[in-house]
Amino acid sequence: MQPSNSGDVAYDDPWYDALASGWGESPDAGVPPARGERDTTVTAADIYLEVQRSAAFQEVRHRYRRFVVPAVVVFFTWYVAYVVTATTSPGLLARPVAGAVNLGMLVGLGQFLTTFLLTWAYVRHARLRRDRAALELRWDTQELARGRGGPS
Amino acid sequence: MTADHRTMALLLFGLFVAVTLAITTWVSRHRQGSAEEFYAGGRLFSPMENGFALAGDYMSAASFLGISGLICLVGYDGMLYSVGFLVAWLVVLFLVAELVRNCGRFTLADVVAARMRERPVRIAAGTSSVTVSVLYLVAQMVGAGSLVALLLGGTGEAAQAWTVVGVGVLMVIYVSLGGMRATTWIQIVKAVLLLGGTVALTVLVLLRFHGDLNLLLQTAAERSGHGDAFLAPGLAYGADWTARFDFISLGLALVLGTAGLPHILSRFYTVPTARAARRSVVWSIGLIGGFYLMTIVLGFGAAALIGPDAVRASHASGNTAVPLLALDLGGGAGTTGGTVLFAVVAAIAFATILAVVAGITLASSASVAHDLYASLRRRRGKPRSEVAVARVAAVGIGLLAIALGLLARDLNVAFLVGLAFAVAASANLPVLLYSLFWRGFTTRGAVWSVYGGLVPAVVLVLLSPVVSGSPESLFPGVDFQLFPLQNPGLVSIPLGFLAGWLGTVTSAEIPDEARHAETEVRSLTGAGAV
Repeated sequence: MQPSNSGDVAYDDPWYDALASGWGESPDAGVPPARGERDTTVTAADIYLEVQRSAAFQEVRHRYRRFVVPAVVVFFTWYVAYVVTATTSPGLLARPVAGAVNLGMLVGLGQFLTTFLLTWAYVRHARLRRDRAALELRWDTQELARGRGGPS
Repeated sequence: MTADHRTMALLLFGLFVAVTLAITTWVSRHRQGSAEEFYAGGRLFSPMENGFALAGDYMSAASFLGISGLICLVGYDGMLYSVGFLVAWLVVLFLVAELVRNCGRFTLADVVAARMRERPVRIAAGTSSVTVSVLYLVAQMVGAGSLVALLLGGTGEAAQAWTVVGVGVLMVIYVSLGGMRATTWIQIVKAVLLLGGTVALTVLVLLRFHGDLNLLLQTAAERSGHGDAFLAPGLAYGADWTARFDFISLGLALVLGTAGLPHILSRFYTVPTARAARRSVVWSIGLIGGFYLMTIVLGFGAAALIGPDAVRASHASGNTAVPLLALDLGGGAGTTGGTVLFAVVAAIAFATILAVVAGITLASSASVAHDLYASLRRRRGKPRSEVAVARVAAVGIGLLAIALGLLARDLNVAFLVGLAFAVAASANLPVLLYSLFWRGFTTRGAVWSVYGGLVPAVVLVLLSPVVSGSPESLFPGVDFQLFPLQNPGLVSIPLGFLAGWLGTVTSAEIPDEARHAETEVRSLTGAGAV
C-alpha cells in the first residue's frame, strides 16, 4: 500500500519524507484549498467532518492534548510562581546557597533547565506517539479529498 | 572613542553590508515574484537553517545590548528578561508552531480567517500585526542610535539621525528586492556572527576571572555598590507595589508575547512541513537558550569589570554596557586588542539590528499587503500585484520606524521590546489560541479579541509613565499619566482573552462545525497544508 510505505521509508527524516507526502503533489491534486473556491465546499467539508469523527483522528488529538495540556500547566505555573516569588518575597530568593550564588540564581537557572527538558520531552513524545499516525491521516484525508472533490 | 575604533567598526560593518547585499542580489536573480516566493522563500528551507534564522530574528539588539545593560545596572532583576524570553518558546513549541504551519499560508490572519468571515478578521489581525511590528522596529532603531552615539562619542546628533536613516534604507532594499529568501539568509549569517561574538566575549570574561563564577558575581556585587542585594531580586522592581506589579506584568508579556510576534509566526512557513517547523523551533530553543545564558554572564561581567556607574555615564539606560565591556576585555582604550574587539562587537550589533529590522519589515509588509490591502480593496489583478504592494508597504513602514526611532532614542531597548511583547500577547495570542482550540469561537469573538487586547494595550501605554508625567518619559513636559504601570500586559492580556470570550457568547452567529473540523484536522495532521 503506497501511503504506509512512504511513511516508513524515510521516517527518520521528516523533511524529506514529508516532501514525499504531499509537497511534491501537483497543485491540482484536489487538496481542498484554504479559502477561495467554495463550490467544492460541501464535499471538502464532509471529508473533514468525517475525519474529525474517526477514531484514528481522535486518538491523535487525544495524545497531543494529553501531553500538551499538563506540560503547559506545569511550565506556566512554575514560571509565574518564579516571577511572583521574586517580587513578593525577594528575601527568600536572596538566601545564600554557596558563596555568592543564592537561591534566586539557582531558580533562574532552573527555568532554563526545565525549558530544555520539556522541549526534549515534547519532541520525543511527538516523534514516538503522534507523527506516524498523523502522517497516515494526512495521506488518507488527501486521498479522500482527491477522490471526491478533485477537479478532474 | 578614537578614530581607530570608528574606522575599524565602519569597515567591518561595511563588509557585512556588502555580503548581505550580495546575498540579496544573488537571491533576487532567481526571483519569480510570486507571493509564495516573496513571503515564504519558496518554503524549502531546512529545519536547521530555519532554526538559525528564527534565533537570528529573535536575538535582537535588545537582547544583546539591552539585557546585558540592564543586568549590569540593576543586577538580578535584569535576568527576568533572559528567563522570560526563553521560556516563551515553550508556548511557541507546544501550542503554535506546528499547528500554524499546517493551517496558514503567510500570516497570522490566514489561520483565523480560515474559520471566520474573512474581511473583518483580516483587517483586525492585520492591524494588530502591523502595530506590534512597528513597536518592535522602534526598539531596534533606538538600539542603532545608541550604538552610533557611543561610536561618535555622544556628540554627533546628525550622524545618529543619518545612521537610523541608513539602517532604514538598507532594510527596505533587503526586503523589497530579496523577500523572504534573502531575509532568511541574512538572519542566518547574523545569527552565526552574533553567537560567535557572544561566545568569544563570554570566554574572555570567564578567563579574566579564571573560570570562577563565584568571584565574578562577588566582584560584580562589590563594584555595583549594592553588595549582595545586587545578586537578588528587588533592586529595580522591589521599591513599592507599583514596581512589583510592573515586574509581574513584564514577566507575563514576555512569556506570552513571543507566540504572537508576526515575524516569528511567518518563519514557520519557510519550511515544508509541521515536523520541520517543530525541528526548527528545537534548534532555535537550543541556540537562544545558550545565548541568553551568556548574556547573563556578560551583564554581570560588565558590572564587575566596568562598573554600573561608568556604564550609566555612557548611556543612561545601559545599552552601551557590552561594547564597553569588549573594549575593556581587549585590553582597554588605546590598545590594539581593545580597538579590534570593540569594533567587532559594534559591527555585530549593527548587523543584528539590520537583520532583525529586515525580518520585522518583511512580516509587517506581508500583513499590509496580504491582509489589509487584500481586504480593504476589491481583489483586482493578479497575485503579482500583492507582492508589489508589499514592496511599497516595506518603504512606508521603514519611514514610520525611522521617525519613531528618532523620537524614542533615550529609552532602554529591552524595555521597548517589552512593550511590543505586551501588545503581541494581548492582541494576537488570544485570537490565535481561540481559533485553534475553541470549537465555538465566532467571527465577532475573533474581532473583539484582537481589538479588545490591542486597544487597551496601546491606550495604557499612552497613559503610562513611559509617555508622560515623569522625568524619564517621552514627553517629560506634560502630564496625562493615569495608569501607573510601565508595561500594560497584566491588564491588557486578560482583557484580550475576556473580549474574545465575550464577543463569542454574545454573537448570534452559529459556529461553523465543518470549518472547525477542517481547522482541527488540518492543524494536527497537515492534510491540505501548502
